[in-house]
Amino acid sequence: MDFRDSRAEAELRARLRAWLADNNPGLPTSSTDDEYWARQAEWHTALYDAGFFGLSWPSRVGGHDLPAVFDAIVDDELAAAGAPPRPSLGYLVQGISTHGSEAIQQRFLPGLISGRERWCQGFSEPDAGSDLASLRTTAVRDGAEYVVDGHKIWTSYSDVADWCLLLARTDPDVPKHHGLSAFAVPMRQPGVVQRPLRMINGVTKEFGQVLFDHARVPAGNMIGEPGEGWRLAMTIVAHEREPGELGYVARYAKTVADLDRIVRERPSSFRDDQRAAVAWAHVQAEMLRLHVCRRLSERLDGVDHGPGGSVDKLLMTWVEQSVGHAALGIAGARSVTDDDVALRVYLYSRAQSVMGGTSQIQKNIVATRILGLPAG
Amino acid sequence: VDTRDTPEQAQLRRAAHRLTGELAPTSVADLDDGARSARLAAAVREAGWLELRDDGGDGGPLAGGVEAAIVAEALGASVADVAFTGPVLARDLARRAGAEPVDGAVVAFAPALDGPAEVGDTVTTAPTYAVDHGRDGYTAWALVPEGEGHRLGRVRTDAGRVAGGADLTRRVRELPTGTAVLAGGGQHLFLGRDELARWTALGLALTSADLLGAMRGVLDVTVAYAAERRQFGAPIGSFQAVQHLLAEARCLVEGSRSVSLHASWAVDELEPDDAVAAGRVAKAYCARAARTVCETAVQVHGGIGNTWDCIVHVFLRRALLSSQWFGDDGRQLLELQHRRLGVTDGLP
Repeated sequence: MDFRDSRAEAELRARLRAWLADNNPGLPTSSTDDEYWARQAEWHTALYDAGFFGLSWPSRVGGHDLPAVFDAIVDDELAAAGAPPRPSLGYLVQGISTHGSEAIQQRFLPGLISGRERWCQGFSEPDAGSDLASLRTTAVRDGAEYVVDGHKIWTSYSDVADWCLLLARTDPDVPKHHGLSAFAVPMRQPGVVQRPLRMINGVTKEFGQVLFDHARVPAGNMIGEPGEGWRLAMTIVAHEREPGELGYVARYAKTVADLDRIVRERPSSFRDDQRAAVAWAHVQAEMLRLHVCRRLSERLDGVDHGPGGSVDKLLMTWVEQSVGHAALGIAGARSVTDDDVALRVYLYSRAQSVMGGTSQIQKNIVATRILGLPAG
Repeated sequence: VDTRDTPEQAQLRRAAHRLTGELAPTSVADLDDGARSARLAAAVREAGWLELRDDGGDGGPLAGGVEAAIVAEALGASVADVAFTGPVLARDLARRAGAEPVDGAVVAFAPALDGPAEVGDTVTTAPTYAVDHGRDGYTAWALVPEGEGHRLGRVRTDAGRVAGGADLTRRVRELPTGTAVLAGGGQHLFLGRDELARWTALGLALTSADLLGAMRGVLDVTVAYAAERRQFGAPIGSFQAVQHLLAEARCLVEGSRSVSLHASWAVDELEPDDAVAAGRVAKAYCARAARTVCETAVQVHGGIGNTWDCIVHVFLRRALLSSQWFGDDGRQLLELQHRRLGVTDGLP
């Protein structure tokens, strides 16, 4: 057991630290500001081109073939520099590389990883949230293409995406989990309309809804076999729940460091409970950092697509919401008299127990698939 | 970074699991079985676990904080009624001061149990507490302030009163004010600030590991009960209201494992103050988590969970002592505020 950097890890850390000294874009905290989303692509490609993104993915698709624990070092250094977190798209890479053919992987992964092609994920629908398998978007074969009709929602980055990893019903005559297939659908075509959603903290650039009206996708863009969509979706959501895949550790550590700084400057202007909440947020963020080290270390034995991601998602949610509460506490009255950043951090934190599967769904999964309790 | 067990650590984990599986209590009635508990104590001694932190020949310990925490976790998980953390802390402290280990020795703690007692040159000036002493140990190390650090003194514990207290599996003895303080055994046993910090880090790591074990153990018992106990014609574990409590508990165990592993590794591997900070993060998290997990266990057991004969309260009680020992979560948050925010309000 060793939390210390290996020689190669230390070398990467030093290189990244030096690079960040000149290349930190100084963006506002993601999740709280449209400026972050507007410049996220630029940050992604800069990080990738400098050799600090996609470290654990295969070099044949643009990665570096390194163990997953290197990502924990990237998170550490991004947080220490106050830089934005790494882009959250590892779960799409896991889904495409687990279920896609070699040709699909070669076609799509390099652009996804390098940030040259932007992606969104079309899973949820207005009437298919927690009950994802009941989704109603259809893809009907028409010669060499499929024709897509339906309505997707909670689609992160839909406003800038070139591609949508779409889950659609291709066979209405089989049980609901078996009739789904996945596609890489081009977003820039007449049959696709994107509408931004304004979140409770005012951010408009993160989430959208997407309407498909006779949109077309080549049959060759199907990822996996017909009917494999549900399994692909489960691979993706398993990783969409993992803080190690999302890189959120850096975001929490950055917010906690900001709160620390505010308190250190004038400690006596805060009550005991406000300061204790900041200390607790630090404990929580530190827990998640160490937890990610442990989970990514376990990947040295192979990647597991199992239900462990639900545990990690719940832990991450508690962290984000502890940080949100600490920020709200420190802001005090400013959170209601100003559009303080703390207010936006807090409001955004409420989404963490919903996105990527609600906390209630995660608890169902932990109870039945990890604890082995009988399904109700 | 590779947080997986080495093969030796995995082997120790299995050995500790096997030994406690054979000899630790599995019911409240077992706690009265003195012959079993004596066999458990002998087995722990013969396994060499009490000596894990003795001098390995180069001034450093025979085994790391990680190994000691592996044993502490296994003992917590099985509510093993045997002294381990107490004697190991005493031997670690003795090594750091250059003293020979004393069989059966523990450390005298301040009344809040949050750190070692500071005593006068010749007598104690406040009550002190010998925590987790063995069946027949009569010595406790205590700290006499000297210069920039402390020297080790010894207080006899046989005159003390057995403290009632929460934990039914470990012994605490209250030593009255005015207990004689003897020299450390002929030599001058000085303990510098850094050595005391590393020792504190070990205490935080071992109490965190014990809490982790207690949470894991009580959750196993409770999940098994929820799968078996039936109401409304179905196991109570099939109801989401119960499932969600247990799922949250499982998450808290996993988070606690991550912080606890790091704290146990940090004892020997980080700078002294950083090792203490790692221990404080772990202890703050594990103490809060353990209380929630143990309370969940009582709740899911229903009425039976509130009776003496149900083993669940043995875990809860053990967790209460491990939480207080070296400071509970509130204390750790104050200490972290001191370190990170420069705030000293509320600290003794």
